[in-house]
Amino acid sequence: MTQEELLPLIYKKDDKAFTILYDTYAKSLLGVISAFLKDQEEAEDALQEAFIIIWKNIETYDESKGRLFTWIVTMARNTAIEKLGSKNNTTNIKNLTTDNFVHLLDSYGAKNTKIDTIGIQEFVKKLKPKCIKMIDLLFFKGFSQQEASEELDIPLGTMKNQNRNCIQELRTLLQLS
Amino acid sequence: MSTQEYIDSGILELYVYGCLNTSEIEEVNKMAQQFAIIREEIMVIEKSLLLLSSSVAPRLSGKNYEVIKQHIFDSQPKATPIQPAEKAQIKLSQYLGWAAALLFLAGTIYFYQEGLTKASTIAKISVEKVKLNKEYTALQSKNQVNEDVLTIVRDVQNTVVPLAGQEASPTAVAKVYWNQETHTVYVDGAGLPEPPEGMVYQVWALKLNPLTPLSIGLLDNYKKNENLIFPLHNVIEAEAFGITLEPAGGSASPTLEQLFTLGKV
Repeated sequence: MTQEELLPLIYKKDDKAFTILYDTYAKSLLGVISAFLKDQEEAEDALQEAFIIIWKNIETYDESKGRLFTWIVTMARNTAIEKLGSKNNTTNIKNLTTDNFVHLLDSYGAKNTKIDTIGIQEFVKKLKPKCIKMIDLLFFKGFSQQEASEELDIPLGTMKNQNRNCIQELRTLLQLS
Repeated sequence: MSTQEYIDSGILELYVYGCLNTSEIEEVNKMAQQFAIIREEIMVIEKSLLLLSSSVAPRLSGKNYEVIKQHIFDSQPKATPIQPAEKAQIKLSQYLGWAAALLFLAGTIYFYQEGLTKASTIAKISVEKVKLNKEYTALQSKNQVNEDVLTIVRDVQNTVVPLAGQEASPTAVAKVYWNQETHTVYVDGAGLPEPPEGMVYQVWALKLNPLTPLSIGLLDNYKKNENLIFPLHNVIEAEAFGITLEPAGGSASPTLEQLFTLGKV
């Protein structure tokens, strides 16, 4: 369902609207949140918190400021960062740039393996390390272009091009072209 | 730049990430409005990120759906009883957050309305202030006059001459304060009846042997002089003072039938 189809349904703010919103984004948001909060219970707490915030503030989403997906991810990421900060654990924050979303896959172990995404996980692991790092910083961790280019030590323009190629690679792996 | 070049620049990926500034976002929005191919591209990028992030998430337990739903719909308009502790899966801090947000909102509305009320109150107070200012100035000048009067009354150099009522007006009284150094006389006319229209009180310095009246002035502007203290100058010699009622402008010699008050120094 596209954002354009989704929004009028969500704005009704009924049971159905909530279910659609949840089904579309919950898993993705838990993925983003898990990039910050490794403990699954904490991550799920943050997901619940983020969803309530998103639901209550959905009217403030402004289409002229970007995609709904982007807005929702930002809200979830902020919730996770806030929770991480409230634990006052500096090592957690330091680890942010050394860990990435592929490490997450390895951390779950057999009991948490999700049948529905096994295929995708295999593809994701095939991404070039450089791409994993770049997507991790710019998308999962929410770094600004400037921050990411400094962290990766590549110029802004180069990063923009390389990132485009990385997403292209992801799309090929996911068979979304 | 062709749409393909625009797509290849990599700006759309950054757009979906949320890494662009306001003007760049506007530019992408415009391009997306214009070209279906750009809208398509944005949606595919979004989909790939949605799948990627979903794939790296731990298993999403169904209880999250229930907890969030319960919270959202139970905390909406209809009043809900406080959940028992074991059911409250969402931590207190979350409620606190919302409570704070609601308080903030309520506060904002309150202060907004308060602001409106304040604005009109301020307008009223400003008008009031102008009025009070006028009154203050008036009182200040009145006070100044009163102090001047007090100074005259208290001045030990002044010779006080009470003037008693005469046949023409037995109840009338007046007082004369005469400073023989400065040759000034202050006549307190508060005890005199208000002069009829077209008439004026005239004050006389009298020598008694032989009786020689000398006009020293008129109690002019009787109605305007609130204190009814009239200064008269150049009074060098007097053995008595008298006040007569004369036609406006005064007379050359006193009309004795209209002698209201008289007193010896």
